[in-house]
Amino acid sequence: MFAYLAKRVIQAVAVMFVISLIAFAIQGNLGDPLRELVGQSVSEEVRQQLRDEMGLNDSFVTQYLRFAGNALQGDLGTSYFFKEPALDVILKKLPATLELVFGATLIIVGLSVPLGVYTAIKPDSILSRIIMGLSIVGISIPVFLTAILMIFVFSVEYGWLPSYGRGETVQVWGYWQTNFATADGWLHIILPSIALASIMLPLFVRLIRAEMMEVLQSEYVKYAKAKGINPWRIYFVHALKNTLLPVITVGGVQIGTMVAYTILTETVFQWPGMGFMFLEAVNRVDTPLIVAYLIVVGFIFVVTNTIVDLIYGLVNPTVNIARMGA
Amino acid sequence: MTKFVRSLAAAAAVAMAPVAYAETTVRVAYDADPVSLDPHEQLSGGTLQLSHMVFDPLVRWTQDLQFEPRLAESWEQIDATTMRFKLRSGVTFHSGNALTAKDVDWTFDRLKESDDFKAIFAQFTDVEVVDDMTFDLKTSEPYPLVLHTATYIFPMDSAFYSGTTDDGKDRGEIVKHGDSFASRNVSGTGPFVVSEREQGVRVVFDRYDGYWDTASGGNVDKIVLTPIKEDPTRVAALLSGDVDFIAPVPPTDLKRVADAEGVDLITMPGTRIITFQMNQNRVEAFKDARVRQAIDYAVNNAGIVDRIMRGFGTVGAQASPAGYLGYDEALAPRFDLEKAKALMAEAGYADGFSITMMAPNNRYVNDDKIAQAVASMLAQINIKVDLQTMPKAQYWPTFDERAADMMMIGWHSDTEDSANFHQFLTACPDDATGNGQYNSGNYCNPEADALMNAANAETDPAKRGEMLQKLEGILYEEAAFIPLHWQNLAWGSKSGMNSADIVNALNFPYFGDLIVETGS
Repeated sequence: MFAYLAKRVIQAVAVMFVISLIAFAIQGNLGDPLRELVGQSVSEEVRQQLRDEMGLNDSFVTQYLRFAGNALQGDLGTSYFFKEPALDVILKKLPATLELVFGATLIIVGLSVPLGVYTAIKPDSILSRIIMGLSIVGISIPVFLTAILMIFVFSVEYGWLPSYGRGETVQVWGYWQTNFATADGWLHIILPSIALASIMLPLFVRLIRAEMMEVLQSEYVKYAKAKGINPWRIYFVHALKNTLLPVITVGGVQIGTMVAYTILTETVFQWPGMGFMFLEAVNRVDTPLIVAYLIVVGFIFVVTNTIVDLIYGLVNPTVNIARMGA
Repeated sequence: MTKFVRSLAAAAAVAMAPVAYAETTVRVAYDADPVSLDPHEQLSGGTLQLSHMVFDPLVRWTQDLQFEPRLAESWEQIDATTMRFKLRSGVTFHSGNALTAKDVDWTFDRLKESDDFKAIFAQFTDVEVVDDMTFDLKTSEPYPLVLHTATYIFPMDSAFYSGTTDDGKDRGEIVKHGDSFASRNVSGTGPFVVSEREQGVRVVFDRYDGYWDTASGGNVDKIVLTPIKEDPTRVAALLSGDVDFIAPVPPTDLKRVADAEGVDLITMPGTRIITFQMNQNRVEAFKDARVRQAIDYAVNNAGIVDRIMRGFGTVGAQASPAGYLGYDEALAPRFDLEKAKALMAEAGYADGFSITMMAPNNRYVNDDKIAQAVASMLAQINIKVDLQTMPKAQYWPTFDERAADMMMIGWHSDTEDSANFHQFLTACPDDATGNGQYNSGNYCNPEADALMNAANAETDPAKRGEMLQKLEGILYEEAAFIPLHWQNLAWGSKSGMNSADIVNALNFPYFGDLIVETGS
């Protein structure tokens, strides 16, 4: 177990090192940060002077070594726009994103299991056909379109739900402000969560359905049926448990992907999380923030995948985590 | 029973009370929020919008582009290079300090230090304090734009910004890319105090109790400014009643906002001209004025305004918008394909040639679509265009490299004066003076430059106007650049807010004067 975790930590460091190198290499192509910092009539001379002050005229190697040296001491640079350490900016935005991902996950977990199981048990029913049809639609429509459509239906036409932002939040701890403590906060998180879930939900319904149908054909299910066990117990206890392994694998990867999808969802809903912050940073050529974001997201990917591996062991005892470290 | 009714009434009264005395709050959504609370850190629309809320200028523009006294009560020309201003008395900063001429002097010195603002103040040498309420603004040469420039002087609280912070930094320093006292703390004389700010999320303004302008009917107690980046979301927020005032309204949603109930659309011709420049250093043919004219004749800018901008622009034939001194109404947009072809043939290019073109795709309204339209219009006169569009962050460095034969640029004159367009866009490029800094066409006409210099030393508006109009005429005749249109401005507002009274072509809504009808 310890060897396994140690290996994972080394992996994480390597991944983040590679990401920082790539992020640094592309930053020259993102544009000129000075343009976003100064007005239109500032002379080239003054701009060059500023560029010197900021160290932008140094060579790639000098700039990277300076960055790496600071990064080892926990300093990922200072955002040009927020004028704060980039890591602080991201940590401040992180809770909003995590709450959004959590809201979407609730919807996905809460709906995909019953829907997936139902469509597997009754593949020919009209309801199943409707669910499968809708899931195709859900997968095909881009997130931002779903989001804008929902805003116009539920905010503008009916006025049921707010159109943007987080609404009233409650301070929990440190930078963490939560949406889940007030009615207003709940109302604000509904649309963004559904929009974010709209891509993943159909995927999971289909995945669970396919796995479930396969398991239902297996010998032990037939035997259980023959034994006269309550069908619901067969479906939800015996069969479902054996469909979960691939679902968890895909789920772990998809949680990381979902962090990426928050960029679109947050932008449309003006959700003050780190996805929206990242898109803005790209537009503003706020390079320290862009590099820091990529490193943090890389870290999140490594962490979620590690957790998924650990859960593997819990669901399927034949997977031996200790041996994976060897 | 009666007791029950009475207690019910009492409960209702308690519940109603806060509603009856509710403060008037206006929720504003812009596409971006100000980058800093420091008014001298960046010269941008966002900074100036903030300045007009938290500070007051010496003088400001009215809706019909006249000067209105604000912190300067009156002014008079003492000699050719000195303007004497009298300050309004009884004005206090948010910190409680009284405004004096010393604050103006301090602010002026700080402006001269600011990378972004010092160019505007290049002709100004000093502020001399005469007494507490009087000061002289001095220029090196007679200068016609003293009042224009005074709209940029928002006196800052010199006592508040002097001294050092706890960690030993100067409270007055201007820091472009990093933390500074002035970027997070503010004390101005303006109608609103910044009471809460989370960058990129919201800024909350509360009305300043001690505001000097008691004659203003402005009755807004609180403003919550939220940036909403996405156009559809911003419009949806207005239509659903989540915000009360938005800017800008994208062209695609103008009709929707205009038709919606309980919401008003306010539009106004803007002052930003969108143009194309033809690089004479890269393309030999562009040195021939007939070829440039042919391009101008081939581009149907009225069609672009009509189809692409959906009427949301004013067709232009020159750089100066109506209302500016240099605006010459005799200069009409030209579009005549036959004439264009004839001019090309005359210049010996009947068979045309190939060029490259670049334009941004997120800087101006519909910029990439406009570029595509212009490229296909040029195909009509056999000019084959290889068009490349890119985000503004990448566009400006390529613009500086003059990387394409035709490049798009939009320009708004910081001084609200015609000479500024020529100085940056069409004057002979000169590193020493900074003239022609954005002249990617390398158009150079000494006669035009001489006119600009003469106009900048002429203080008689009538003579000055004549010179600047002649300048526009020369640029038109020689087709120095391709003018397309001035972008209009559009705001969306909840009905009953009288928002139309506070907006202007400069896009600095004067929220201090906003009168919201509170109903009964």
